[in-house]
Amino acid sequence: MISVLLTLMAIATTAIIVQRNLFAVVILFGIYSFLMATVLVALDAVDVGMTEASVGAGISTVLFLGVLYLTRSEEMKPMHRPLLPLAFALATGFMLVYGTLGLPAFSDPDAPMHRHVAPRYINEGLRETGVPNIVTAVLASYRGYDTLGETTVVFTAGIGVIALMRRIRRRRREQPK
Amino acid sequence: MTVASHYSYWVTIFLAVAGLYIVIARGNLVKKLVGLSIFQTSVYLLYIAPGKLIGGTAPIVSSEFQVYSNPLPHVLILTAIVVGVATLALGLALVVRLKEAYGSIEEDEILAQDRDA
Amino acid sequence: MKDYLVLRVIAKMMIAFMLLFALYVQFHGELGPGGGFQAGVISAAAIILYAIIYGLPAAHRVVPEWVVETMVAAGVLLFALVGVAGIVLGGNYLDYFVLDPNPVHGQERGIFWVEAGVFITVSGVMLKIFYLFAGRGRDEESES
Repeated sequence: MISVLLTLMAIATTAIIVQRNLFAVVILFGIYSFLMATVLVALDAVDVGMTEASVGAGISTVLFLGVLYLTRSEEMKPMHRPLLPLAFALATGFMLVYGTLGLPAFSDPDAPMHRHVAPRYINEGLRETGVPNIVTAVLASYRGYDTLGETTVVFTAGIGVIALMRRIRRRRREQPK
Repeated sequence: MTVASHYSYWVTIFLAVAGLYIVIARGNLVKKLVGLSIFQTSVYLLYIAPGKLIGGTAPIVSSEFQVYSNPLPHVLILTAIVVGVATLALGLALVVRLKEAYGSIEEDEILAQDRDA
Repeated sequence: MKDYLVLRVIAKMMIAFMLLFALYVQFHGELGPGGGFQAGVISAAAIILYAIIYGLPAAHRVVPEWVVETMVAAGVLLFALVGVAGIVLGGNYLDYFVLDPNPVHGQERGIFWVEAGVFITVSGVMLKIFYLFAGRGRDEESES
């Protein structure tokens, strides 16, 4: 089932590349995000799936539509033939595929990532923090510094948007005087 | 190694490369940001997919289950998604400002205006 | 979209449940899926739906700009203060074991406040970003 969803995501991405109407691109991106959320739930990442469904398919679609309202919704025909970017992307892709040949197979329980710190979180997490949801326990307790940093990044990005979007509004208000 | 065991990696790579291609080849700034978001979501898949264990369950401890998928990538990606939308909003704010300054969101037109000026 | 009766009534019914669901996700996040990040985004989405249906001025009356701007900073501050509380009570920065005589209860208490801080900042930032993008369109319209 996961393979089917992944194939659908690849199709949606291809449609995004080909499509030139930006409104359609944004809606396709919403579909893509919902497919991604479904895949994440199928991969047992329920917390991440919930976040992706509300953020990717909800908030970012609203933001993109808001920007399209302020700008033009038709993409210009590209001036040059995209041969160089295509060659570059294909070369990168082949190198990455070559790199995957040495990676452990999907759902291999002996993969290094399953033997390092994760067993300790799963075995000791409930006893040490009293929180059954290990993701919450790791997020807020074991990796609290990390989350503090991420929250600060969200804060900083918000401040950046405020700085970018507010200045011009004040200038406009002064103009009529 | 079989196709089934590496299919998730390859779709991830396809999504990443498609996002990269959009960012390089397309001149429209909104489209570029969509490409960047696709690149970003491919990274979510890159992290989460190897953490899945077949027969495992979501990492919420209960006495009924023994095998859990790896919770660590979930934590890393959970925060990355929210940070991603905040930075995406920053990029969109820049696009709006560029549109107001140049009257266009096409890279080629903006560069042409800069050359003329 | 104020003129569409169906949208208005359904939205009014849905927003209450969206906010309730956000609170459920926030406070049940330790037992089931969820947490501060998701709850913040969901509660911001509820207000955004309200703004889309009833207009931005109505949303500004429900959640004024100054509240949102305070939330953006207050959440990070709360998170950082939880860390400082760990130092004051004799532990390390962001050390929850010392927050309560029982170490496990201390962990639960620390996680609760940290998640609250994340919730406040995330919902504040999402709402502020939406206000800015939506408000910009309205300004241009009124001028042209």
